[in-house]
Amino acid sequence: MSEANAAAMAAATLSTPSKGRRIKAGTVFDHLILILGALFMIVPLIMVFQMTTVPDVEVIKTGPSFKIGDQLDDNFNKAMFEASGFSGKNTGTNMLLNSFILGIGFAVGKIVIGMMAAYAIVYFRLRFATLAFWVIFTTLLLPLEVRILPSYEVVQRLGMLNTYQGLIIPLIASATATFFFRQYFRSVPEELVEAARIDGAGPVKFFVDILVPLSKTMIAAMFIIMFVYGWNQYLWPTMITTEEDMFTLVRGIKQITQVMEGNRIPEYGRANLLAIIAIIPPVFVVIFFQSWFVKGLTESDK
Amino acid sequence: MKRAGFATKWLPILLLVPQLTIIAVFFYWPAAHAVQSSFYLQDPFGFGSSFVGFDNYSDLMDNREYRRIAWFTVIFTVLVTFFSLAIALLLAVKADKVIRGAKSYRTLIMWVYAVAPPVAGFIGLILFNQSWGPLTRLIGQFGHQFTLGVNYTDTAFAMVLVSVWKQVPVNFIFFLSGLQSIPKSVREAALIDNRSASGRFWDVTFPLLAPTGFFLLIINITYALFDTFGVIDTLVKGEPGNNPMTLVYKVYVDGFRGNDLGGSSAQSVILMILVLALTVFQFRMLERRIHYT
Repeated sequence: MSEANAAAMAAATLSTPSKGRRIKAGTVFDHLILILGALFMIVPLIMVFQMTTVPDVEVIKTGPSFKIGDQLDDNFNKAMFEASGFSGKNTGTNMLLNSFILGIGFAVGKIVIGMMAAYAIVYFRLRFATLAFWVIFTTLLLPLEVRILPSYEVVQRLGMLNTYQGLIIPLIASATATFFFRQYFRSVPEELVEAARIDGAGPVKFFVDILVPLSKTMIAAMFIIMFVYGWNQYLWPTMITTEEDMFTLVRGIKQITQVMEGNRIPEYGRANLLAIIAIIPPVFVVIFFQSWFVKGLTESDK
Repeated sequence: MKRAGFATKWLPILLLVPQLTIIAVFFYWPAAHAVQSSFYLQDPFGFGSSFVGFDNYSDLMDNREYRRIAWFTVIFTVLVTFFSLAIALLLAVKADKVIRGAKSYRTLIMWVYAVAPPVAGFIGLILFNQSWGPLTRLIGQFGHQFTLGVNYTDTAFAMVLVSVWKQVPVNFIFFLSGLQSIPKSVREAALIDNRSASGRFWDVTFPLLAPTGFFLLIINITYALFDTFGVIDTLVKGEPGNNPMTLVYKVYVDGFRGNDLGGSSAQSVILMILVLALTVFQFRMLERRIHYT
């Protein structure tokens, strides 16, 4: 409930008048708009959370209310350790693990491959550099969604359905990270390469000892953006993973909904808690690394 | 390329191989395949295919349902783009103005960025639950029986609302950083020249934010076209039926569920052309943006 606390704090800052300064009507109005905006973003989540603390029967009677019950533990156990499908393998824990594999695998893969390619394009005299550049950057133009079916066929032909490779690698086939690192490397002063060369550093040493440490902040920012992007993938995992033990939380959401409505007494508490668990890791990352994240987002221009 | 680059021959090629391989296999191959199969009619039972030229395309153009979906996509995109930009701009201007609690507001508004679209759709299902959903009740107070997934307009409304909710934070982050990059001297000069706050906003702030706005316009259009897939799929619970859907959802429904490979590929190609046009437009805007700043 840290969001609710923060909301209360925000409200409190409004009500404490600053010493010696008259509060103008305009300022109150500004805060009012911001509070409304914050409520617009947060109230839905609080409602979803509230429903996980009360018995499902109560939800059917009254819907979301202001009452905080004691069912959270129970719902947590059901959500994390009880399977919702047929195979008995898609427990919350398993889905959470898959989500982490997808999020981290995607972010790391994209950053490593992107940095390597960007390094090759920016720092080497390459005859076909321009060609490589265009071949790579054309991929920025077409999102996976428009070529979803043929991509599925390719993965199927390679026998990569229901595997982590099949899930992650095709998502990496877009050059956002490469483009971003290219921009960044170009802004690194040229004297650095010259100095390194005079000191006798080869290209590998320069990359590992100078360029990578120099790009630390950028790598962090990229990681956050890419982790959230990978974690939140839906359409691609829906097509590629059909076996329940491969489901991620976000991919499993449709099934969670069906479980919610399928029973005689719909299991709202459990379903809502799974939805909240699917939200927590990316939100946590975004909030706690806010400044890096904002910097990465606004400077990379996606 | 840097002037003082390395002259090693084999290393850069080695570095480029992973990226180029992945792109060749998972980008160029599928894209080429989509273009190719859009000119063929696939046998529904998998017994080969025959070349039909532009038939798949002209069939689409003649298809009333496809035209209706295209039209819905346009309206949906306009609504989502407009409202998420407008709300975000208002909030960003206010968040830039207040001194107290500015950081808390920023956090409270932007966290939704990290919520996956289908999870946003799930939250929408809760809010619009038929028997006890708080928004269903609220709308019921005004005498309208809201039925998500049954009534076309109601479902469309829920889709727009959830999509806007999900997109406001991104726009907010960009607008806020755009506002914060306006130099103090410019603001002070404006303060002297123009006494009314709204006058200052429209004459000074808004034009300075225009490049950010153009950029966000494209981002939002792409979002409404592609990333809302998860919102739509959860809100209709995977049962499109007579519910509104966007062009991307239609590609999925026809190709993956309906097994109409040729038609689905033709739709993919149409979308590709649309995105290409958008991107070219975006790049020209970005060029102009550099001159602005």
